[in-house]
Amino acid sequence: MVQLTLPKNSRMRVGKTWPKPAGAKNVRRFNIYRWDPDTGENPRIDTYFIDLDKCGPMVLDALIKIKNEIDPTLTFRRSCREGICGSCAMNIDGGNRLACIFGIDEVKGKDVNIYPLPHMPVVKDLIPDLTHFYAQHASVQPYLITETPTPDKEWRQSIEDRKKLDGLYECVMCASCSTSCPSYWWNGDRYLGPAALLHAYRWIIDSRDEATGHRLDSLEDPFKLYRCHTIMNCTNTCPKGLNPAKAIASIKHMMVDRIV
Amino acid sequence: MRYITPLKAAEGLGSAHEGTQHHWAMTVSAVALTVLTPLFMIVVARAIGLPHPELVAYFGRPLPALITALFVIVGMVHFIKGTRIMIDDYFHGGVRKGAIIFSVIFGWAVIACAVYALARMGLGAIVVL
Repeated sequence: MVQLTLPKNSRMRVGKTWPKPAGAKNVRRFNIYRWDPDTGENPRIDTYFIDLDKCGPMVLDALIKIKNEIDPTLTFRRSCREGICGSCAMNIDGGNRLACIFGIDEVKGKDVNIYPLPHMPVVKDLIPDLTHFYAQHASVQPYLITETPTPDKEWRQSIEDRKKLDGLYECVMCASCSTSCPSYWWNGDRYLGPAALLHAYRWIIDSRDEATGHRLDSLEDPFKLYRCHTIMNCTNTCPKGLNPAKAIASIKHMMVDRIV
Repeated sequence: MRYITPLKAAEGLGSAHEGTQHHWAMTVSAVALTVLTPLFMIVVARAIGLPHPELVAYFGRPLPALITALFVIVGMVHFIKGTRIMIDDYFHGGVRKGAIIFSVIFGWAVIACAVYALARMGLGAIVVL
C-alpha cells in the first residue's frame, strides 16, 4: 500500500535554533532538515539566521556559510557550484532545485525551508541515497551500442539528427525530476523514473545507435515505463529546463508505432 | 541484508514485454467514449420520465439499445483497464493481485447485467410486436 504518512522514525521534530548574527539588519531565517544516523534520534528541523548582506546570492552560498561559520556538522553535497554536476539537488521552498543556481531571493516563502530530495532514503542531513537511482540509469545502457564495425574516423551524424539530442543530453542526473514524481515515490523500485527514461530516449533517438529495438524491448513494461501518467512534476521542477515528460511520451509513441 | 548489486535490484525481473497494448487500448476506448458518452446522455435524457412500458419499448429499439450496450461495454472495459492502472500505482503485493481480480469481476459483472437487461427489453419488445 502506498505510504501516505511518514514512518514513526522519520517524523520530524523541532530542533535547535541558532542565535541571530549580532548587528545584522538583513537577516533571513533558514529551516533545515537534520538527521544523523549515528544518534538514533528522529530527524529534526534546525533554524539558522543568515545575514544576507554578508552572504552570496544562492541558497548554496547560505549553506556553505552555515557550515563554515555556524554549524560545521551540517552535511550536504556540492561540487561545481554552477549547475553542471547536479550534486546539490535538494528540496528548497517546496520544490526540488539545485542549491547552487537557486537564488535566496527566489524563495517565495518568508523562511527558506530546505529538505533532502523527497521520498529517498537519507544518508545524513541533506544527502539522499541515490544508489538505486544511479543503478536505474545504468540499466538503460546509457552509451552507444553498435553491431557494425567501428568506422576508421567517426560515426557520422547529420545536423538534423544531432539536433534531436538537444534537450536530452544536457541532463546532469541531479534526481530532481525522479524524486518529484509521485509514480516514482510509490513504485520507485520498479518504475525507472523520468531521469532514466530521458536518458533511455536520448539513446533510442540517437541515429548512430543500433540497439533501438532492444532498448524499446527492455522498456516495454507496465512498471518500468508505463507508470508515467504525464503528471509533469518532472518537467516543472527540472533545474536545467529539460522536458522528461515529453521524452517519455515520445517513447510511448514509438512503442505504439511498433504495434499499430 | 540482501547481498545483491544495485544493478540487479534495478533490473528486477526484467521487462514484461507488455504494456503497450494496454496503453493503446486505453487510448482507443477513451476516444470511443468521447463519442459514446454524449450519445448515451441523449439516450438517457429522452428516456427520463417515460412510463415503464414505454421505457422498455424505448430500449427495445435498435439505436438506444446499441448505444447503451456500446457505452456500457466500452465504458466498463475502460474502467477495468483504468482501475488496473490505479491499483498498480497504489497497491503492492497480494493486495494488488486481489484488487485486480475484484475490479475485473466487478467490471464484467456490470457488463453482463447491462447486456442481460437490454436483451430482455429487446426480446420483450419483439415478443410484444
